[in-house]
Amino acid sequence: MKKESAAKSFIYQIPQNLFSGFVVSLVALPLGLGLALASNAPPISGIISAIIGGTVVALLGGSQLTITGPGNGLVVVLLSSITILGGGDLYQGYLYTLAAIVLSGVLMFLFGLFKLGALGEFFPSSALQGMLSAIGLGILAKQFHVMLGFTDINGSTLELLILIPGSFIALFNSFTLETILAASIGIVSLFILFGYGKIRSRALRLIPAPMWVVLLAIGLSYYFELFSNLDYPIASTLLISLPENLLSSFPFPDFNKILDFQFLGIVLSLTLISSIESLLSIKAVDKLDPQKRRSNLNKDLRALGLASAISGFFGGLNVVTVIARSSVNVNNSASNRSSNFFHAFFLLLFVILFQNQIQKIALPALAAILVYTGYKLSSPSNILGIARIGKEQLAIFMATLITTLLGGIILGITIGIISAFLIHVLINNSLLLFTRNILKPNVLMYREEESGNYYVSVKNFCSFLNFYKLKKMLDEIPENAHAILDFSLCEFVDHTVMEGVNDYRRVFSRKGGLFEIIGLDIHLADTEHPFAIRKVLPIKEFFALNKNLTKRQLSLEKLSKVLNLSYNPEMSSESKSLDHFIFFKTKLINYQNNQLISLENNFSFFDLSYSEGAFIAKEDLKASFLLINLKEKIPSFMLDKEMFLGTIVERFKYKDLDFKKHPVFSKRFYLSGSNESEVRALFDEKLINFLIKNADYYIESKKSYLLIKRKDRLLSIEEIKKLLSFATELVLILKNKKNE
Amino acid sequence: MKKRNFKTLLIGFAFSPNLKANVFEATRLAYYFNAKLFFLHVGEKTNAKENTFLDILKLPKESPEKIEILWEKGDPVNVILSACLKYKIDLLLLGALKRENVLKFYMGSIARKITRKASCSVLLLIDPSIERKPSQHAVVNAFESTQTEPTINAAFHFASDLSINKITLVEEINRSEHNLDVYDDKSLRLATLKKEKIKRREYSRVNQILKKIPKSYKDNIKIISQSIFGTRGYSIGHYAKLVRADVLIMNASETKKTFLSKFFPKDLDYILRELPTNVLIIQNTN
Repeated sequence: MKKESAAKSFIYQIPQNLFSGFVVSLVALPLGLGLALASNAPPISGIISAIIGGTVVALLGGSQLTITGPGNGLVVVLLSSITILGGGDLYQGYLYTLAAIVLSGVLMFLFGLFKLGALGEFFPSSALQGMLSAIGLGILAKQFHVMLGFTDINGSTLELLILIPGSFIALFNSFTLETILAASIGIVSLFILFGYGKIRSRALRLIPAPMWVVLLAIGLSYYFELFSNLDYPIASTLLISLPENLLSSFPFPDFNKILDFQFLGIVLSLTLISSIESLLSIKAVDKLDPQKRRSNLNKDLRALGLASAISGFFGGLNVVTVIARSSVNVNNSASNRSSNFFHAFFLLLFVILFQNQIQKIALPALAAILVYTGYKLSSPSNILGIARIGKEQLAIFMATLITTLLGGIILGITIGIISAFLIHVLINNSLLLFTRNILKPNVLMYREEESGNYYVSVKNFCSFLNFYKLKKMLDEIPENAHAILDFSLCEFVDHTVMEGVNDYRRVFSRKGGLFEIIGLDIHLADTEHPFAIRKVLPIKEFFALNKNLTKRQLSLEKLSKVLNLSYNPEMSSESKSLDHFIFFKTKLINYQNNQLISLENNFSFFDLSYSEGAFIAKEDLKASFLLINLKEKIPSFMLDKEMFLGTIVERFKYKDLDFKKHPVFSKRFYLSGSNESEVRALFDEKLINFLIKNADYYIESKKSYLLIKRKDRLLSIEEIKKLLSFATELVLILKNKKNE
Repeated sequence: MKKRNFKTLLIGFAFSPNLKANVFEATRLAYYFNAKLFFLHVGEKTNAKENTFLDILKLPKESPEKIEILWEKGDPVNVILSACLKYKIDLLLLGALKRENVLKFYMGSIARKITRKASCSVLLLIDPSIERKPSQHAVVNAFESTQTEPTINAAFHFASDLSINKITLVEEINRSEHNLDVYDDKSLRLATLKKEKIKRREYSRVNQILKKIPKSYKDNIKIISQSIFGTRGYSIGHYAKLVRADVLIMNASETKKTFLSKFFPKDLDYILRELPTNVLIIQNTN
């Protein structure tokens, strides 16, 4: 019975997953081609990886909304592998590398089989950040030259970075149409990618930014073909070449170097990075899942390993879970694994149908996408964020970053782990604390008999070295329960753990539970724990930075006095259970500030920072909201501006309620609700006329709460005044209706 | 007339700064148990030593009727163990050492050896004091074992002698018993259900034991049953420390020491390496 309904809902959800898979394939095509090119592998190898990855992981994987394919993190390793193993012969190097990919896939499969998914937890988070930054710099350094049209500049990451000004000079020295056009394709593409986040037009946003870049590049070549007398002035070395016959010309991996020391190092690096990138991505996607499902990490690792091995045999790159494509998937209403499969299907369709068009894509356009990816990985804001957490975290980060750049990933992450450990020993002024306790159990979890709460107590120390023990316990607590994590017996808690438990707190609050962290405050006062430096949540330090009020904040303060409201400019991470509103289903709430609260505490206005998507598809947004407590339950509904194209996605989920009597209203607004008749009863003549008279507001109700938003940005003082008066009148109408 | 649990007590003494506190603690316990108290010194007997000791022994107000002082020479471990047999000792008192600077206690290597080999029950004292600090809360192990029932019995005797007013029975359930990995939502649900089931089973098992305990022992005592899923021997110590119990009452170790167990700590070892509180280890002679 239950099975049957599951199958039914699967079929019912096919259209939305088909659509989402299609949008993702638009991103995956340029990224797949680009990542392969950046690795010096044939462009088609990235697509093969995505097609096989999408199929195998969709069938055997353990997560729902992830998209799999070639990953950013691997570019640097693959590039050096193809160059070094081939000894100058790139194609031979590629064949050797395929063998390494197959083996790393087998290794990853074994990781999953022996349930070593927790392996990814052993790395200090600042060291991981440092490694990712180094990878990002590696991609950026190499691809910046390609973006300007120079494909033959080689060297280490640092050399390549230093050479960037040189490429600009070279560009202006050889001022021909050919070079200038190539460079401008690259630079315009980069501008599109950076500017895309600023555009909120839903029609334009239907096509993801990387696809706009590709369309631009293809369009330009058609312009020259159809409307210009000139030949397309881009050198053939700057165009993509695909094999003549796609389906019959698979290269076969060359296993002759299997006992080579260097080769084994590459296998290890590939496995390490694909596991880490996948595990991080899977967990990040779980945070975005509107249905709040928990992924089975080990099952996913098995599927990814198997997919990598198969992909390697067919000439494709490693298959990993990729965060950017996955978050595009989530944003386009995917609901299960089939969207990953559809993404693979559309990719296959594209390379078969549009083989010629793909070969018209200029490399600088793809390089721009990669420069943007690399920038996102190593952006200065990441470094600033880490510096804010603490100087010692910056030290770990920099140590990893520099050693990764100089000596490769394995060395870098090793140095990162060692430096983190040494810093912890120094901070605690005690090596014994760690050596004496590392092997002992240190976590106690039980369900309190009296209250039914889960109580978790941690002893001695808790850092990246033994965080997996704590995680194992925390994972066994249902997320809708009340959990208390007590650090009072713990002398030292490091940043990796603080970050990790903060994630748990988020998950619990998303799933309707409560996750309290106690016992950290005593570290300050109690001399029994003199060495506990990490006594406060990093997030609080982060918020303590800005003290001076901005102009807008001063006006808000003034407004609050006029309207007799209390004003609080400070940031807080408390999110008022906004998670329950449909609007925030696929969004992550960061913090709120500039709060205006009425004296009766029945409404509060605030600026909210939230983000959509993750990694390169991540957009941090700020908007003003008004939350009203009506004190009485009203039917749940959602009212939004009607859009021509933008609501395609929403259509899959919610039905638009139209009123025959009010064509103007129905045309202008998109209204939906869980209980149609109740919502229809609520929207009477009076309310509809009131809404038509006013500006377009986004209004959503949940139980006795109303959430109102005017624009996708912060509101000006005048707009806030209008919003407040609109809300007051709206509440009055709703109240009167209740009394009738 | 109440059945007496511990009729003979023995404490080893040395002329350390702790001597006075140890004497006070031992006499007080013997007084409450209404037991005979043996003091044992391993080493040379001199007049000076004897006089110092007798001076101290006069001080405590709460003192048992029968006290005997023994002076023996030899290897401390063997001397104490054989004295326990010779004088049919029911309860051996041992003092713990404190780790420098921090409030952590552990057993010295001699005390650890004695604890493992003792034929009688052992009480490990972490912080002997001259003033009485009344005990209020005892944590007692209640995991499934033939020794558990006598231990719980002894715990109630002990509690009644010392007027302890709260007993928590802890059922430690080894992870191997439910053997369920949590890797996604479904397995989490299954594991939670299975744990509930095991918990109910444990609860009824402990209830059976509690039923047999005479009512007079259970009056005026708050009894709590708490099950914990975790490493056996470790979890209960951590729990006792967390709830600030005054005494932790455990079964004596059943398993013989093997070569491997030197490297992998077993039940009691966790406790001996880091005493969470005073620990009473019950040896069931019958």
